[in-house]
Amino acid sequence: MRLDAKIPGGPLTEKWDRHRFELKLVNPANKRKYDIIVVGTGLAGGSAAATLAELGYNVKNFCIQDSPRRAHSIAAQGGINAAKNYQNEGDSVWRLFYDTVKGGDFRAREGNVYRLAQVSNNIIDQCVAQGVPFARDYGGLLANRSFGGSQVSRTFYARGQTGQQLLLGAYSSLSRQIALGKVKMFPRREMLDLVVVDGQARGIVVRNLITGETECHEAHAVVLATGGYGNVFFLSTNAMGSNVTAAYRAHKRGALFANPCFTQIHPTCIPVHGDYQSKLTLMSESLRNDGRVWVPKKPGDTRPPHEIPESERDYYLERRYPSFGNLVPRDVASRNAKAQCDEDKGVGDTKLAVYLDFADAIRRDGKDAIEKKYGNLFQMYEKITAQDPYETPMMIYPAVHYTMGGLWVDYNLMSTIPGLFVLGEANFSDHGANRLGASALMQGLADGYFVIPYTIGGYLAGTSFSDVTTDHSAFRDTTNEVAEHVEKLLSIKGKRTVDDFHRELGLTMWDYCGMSRNDEGLEKARKKIQELRGEFWENVLVPGSNNDFNQSLERAGRVADFLEFGELMVIDALARKESCGGHFNEAHQTEENEARRDDENFCHVAAWEYTGDDKEPGLHKEPLVFENVQLTQRSYK
Amino acid sequence: MTTAKTINLELKVWRQKGPKDRGKLEIYDAKEISTDMSFLEMLDVVNEQLTLEGKDPIAFDHDCREGICGMCGTVVNGRAHGPEKGTTLCQLHMRHFSDGDTIVIEPWRARAFKVIKDLAVDRSAFDTLIQAGGYVSVNAGGAQDANCIPIPQEVAEKAMDAAACIGCGACVAACPNASAMLFVSAKVSQLALLPQGKPEAAQRALSMVRTMDELGFGNCTNETECEAECPKEISITNIARLNREFFKAGFFSSVE
Repeated sequence: MRLDAKIPGGPLTEKWDRHRFELKLVNPANKRKYDIIVVGTGLAGGSAAATLAELGYNVKNFCIQDSPRRAHSIAAQGGINAAKNYQNEGDSVWRLFYDTVKGGDFRAREGNVYRLAQVSNNIIDQCVAQGVPFARDYGGLLANRSFGGSQVSRTFYARGQTGQQLLLGAYSSLSRQIALGKVKMFPRREMLDLVVVDGQARGIVVRNLITGETECHEAHAVVLATGGYGNVFFLSTNAMGSNVTAAYRAHKRGALFANPCFTQIHPTCIPVHGDYQSKLTLMSESLRNDGRVWVPKKPGDTRPPHEIPESERDYYLERRYPSFGNLVPRDVASRNAKAQCDEDKGVGDTKLAVYLDFADAIRRDGKDAIEKKYGNLFQMYEKITAQDPYETPMMIYPAVHYTMGGLWVDYNLMSTIPGLFVLGEANFSDHGANRLGASALMQGLADGYFVIPYTIGGYLAGTSFSDVTTDHSAFRDTTNEVAEHVEKLLSIKGKRTVDDFHRELGLTMWDYCGMSRNDEGLEKARKKIQELRGEFWENVLVPGSNNDFNQSLERAGRVADFLEFGELMVIDALARKESCGGHFNEAHQTEENEARRDDENFCHVAAWEYTGDDKEPGLHKEPLVFENVQLTQRSYK
Repeated sequence: MTTAKTINLELKVWRQKGPKDRGKLEIYDAKEISTDMSFLEMLDVVNEQLTLEGKDPIAFDHDCREGICGMCGTVVNGRAHGPEKGTTLCQLHMRHFSDGDTIVIEPWRARAFKVIKDLAVDRSAFDTLIQAGGYVSVNAGGAQDANCIPIPQEVAEKAMDAAACIGCGACVAACPNASAMLFVSAKVSQLALLPQGKPEAAQRALSMVRTMDELGFGNCTNETECEAECPKEISITNIARLNREFFKAGFFSSVE
């Protein structure tokens, strides 16, 4: 299989314009003849469903939650980037493009990233028009703050709940289209398989999570916006329901999976504190605008923070990276926190934490100013830890947060299955090996509001479709396979719960395929995952029946897929014999312990093909071509 | 985090197989619960135990577990989301309970929210309310530059206060009339305060209030329980603003 990314020719700055002109159009009257399935209602899926319906397509939209308003985009805190240059700091589309390519450690496509930077400005306009209450300065104009990996303030925000406000904006547009009858909404449905007819994605099979019924839905194209796979680690900042199932089932039907080992470990999360813990909570990166990260200089220092004098503190990020300071990119900040803890300088009960201290900012700006910026985050921290961050420094530690890898897509966001499009975190395309803060919201909305509405038209207008209904044998066969899978899960009646397996898988992934990796550990992890998967299919205990609201069964299906997908991550990590961004292989580092890329051999996207159960996946490489930026060792010093 | 201890509790949990089942309270022991656990993590522990004993685990909705998605929520000892002010159930920690406590856990109870199973209820009526007008009619593509609409900071802040609603349904569960006034008023207020929402303000207020009545939500009689239990502390001044918008629309607008 030759991977053709279909990047338009011509100068970088003109590619998207030119491509939009060259794309075939579906005339307004004909749009109503096309049905489109959108799976997921987050920033990417919700905005895509709403916008496609505005254009006149018939949209069916699915989500696993009880309402489209609850997709996990809602939990994004800090903000959304755009190249508006409202602060007059010299920002531009080019600078946002450059920062994103560099932040991703030169493992993303120039063409995609440039387009992302271009449409970033339209997103802010659209969201303001919807009534998203962004933060404003006293004159009534929009306010900005800084995020990691950038030296300009280009992040728009709505307190510490930007994701919520942007999602409610998309949800309001979606609600309008539901009321108009252009979107048919299917909440509490989980996509369990993709239906491919004559090589085209023509529908999906879903499970109604209330009744357990399997339902078939047909369409001319299927859009997946089902988020990332961070929950393979069990503990992550993802919502409990976030999973890889829809993407992985599409992978098994022929969609290549790109760069699965690129995962982002976010530096500022509330540390792990007990083995009963169900999830980790993020503390927005925006806190690093004003908080200073430090550890005691002396290893094994157990004094409480206020007893450690200034001279015995190591503000290690400011010391090592004077020009970016506390605002280095996430991968760099996370690895440094781990390095400090590995040297026994960690703090708190578990010694797996560093301080994030606001004392200087409070002295400088006053408590009120800090409260206005971060009040809800401080409150959340206090609720979870019973400590007051206005009085004592926060304790933070890295946690799994985002996955840059995802289904491979071309410039049109179409996967290797014709008619299957993938948006947002579920695709791989824009963030390379590390995503910069406030860029996830930007990408989700860019894909949904401003990319897919054009590119899907090009596909529909240029494709001939046979008449396919859910009576087609492909739907019947796929439904039977789904039913068999569910029955098998229920029939094992073993001795270990689903969560028990998930926890063990997560720990293996974290220990061997987390912040720091080596070949020996990865080999070990691969074996462990295979064994665990074997045990799962003999010894898992799934209570209840299929014909019911059965949350254990839902989780069992997701964990079964994680047990296969986890191995693919490890295989990808083993194959990439370099360090870049979030993928840090200890054998490949500079003398200063920074990631050392190997541009000669690994300047490519690794896209994996499913070849059968327990068979080695096939590797396809898409070379990355850089014509506009020079590949350099990333430096934030 | 250093003061964690373990406590033992007796739970009385509402069990109901489906919307047509009568349902009843069942008693379970929750043993050796760390006070650092969240309330939902405590339920996870009980569910693991029930599963291993061959019993049906307790169904409850939850997702983000950081207080923002609005998916979780039950009535705990008669209080929506439990005893702590401004807190969702997932952010309620067991350190607020004592060894030997009995905790009664029930689903939201309202005519417009049918029980699906145990503690999970159907809140799709909230989606129907937003579909009745909780939006600005603007298609993607045509918006002007964002800074063309200056909005005074204090107005933007007020709109944000209202927009913070997570749609969990606690206001309805807490209200003796099972009214959705706080939910509706939060959305009407956010959009009525902002210039973007003004063209459709009258239509929105009339349509959302009418839909609220049709869906079987009760009327507001100023009990203020909704404000007291709202995990995002949405103020009832929004209800006053909704009333103003509603009357203004009824008497002074050309909207039918």
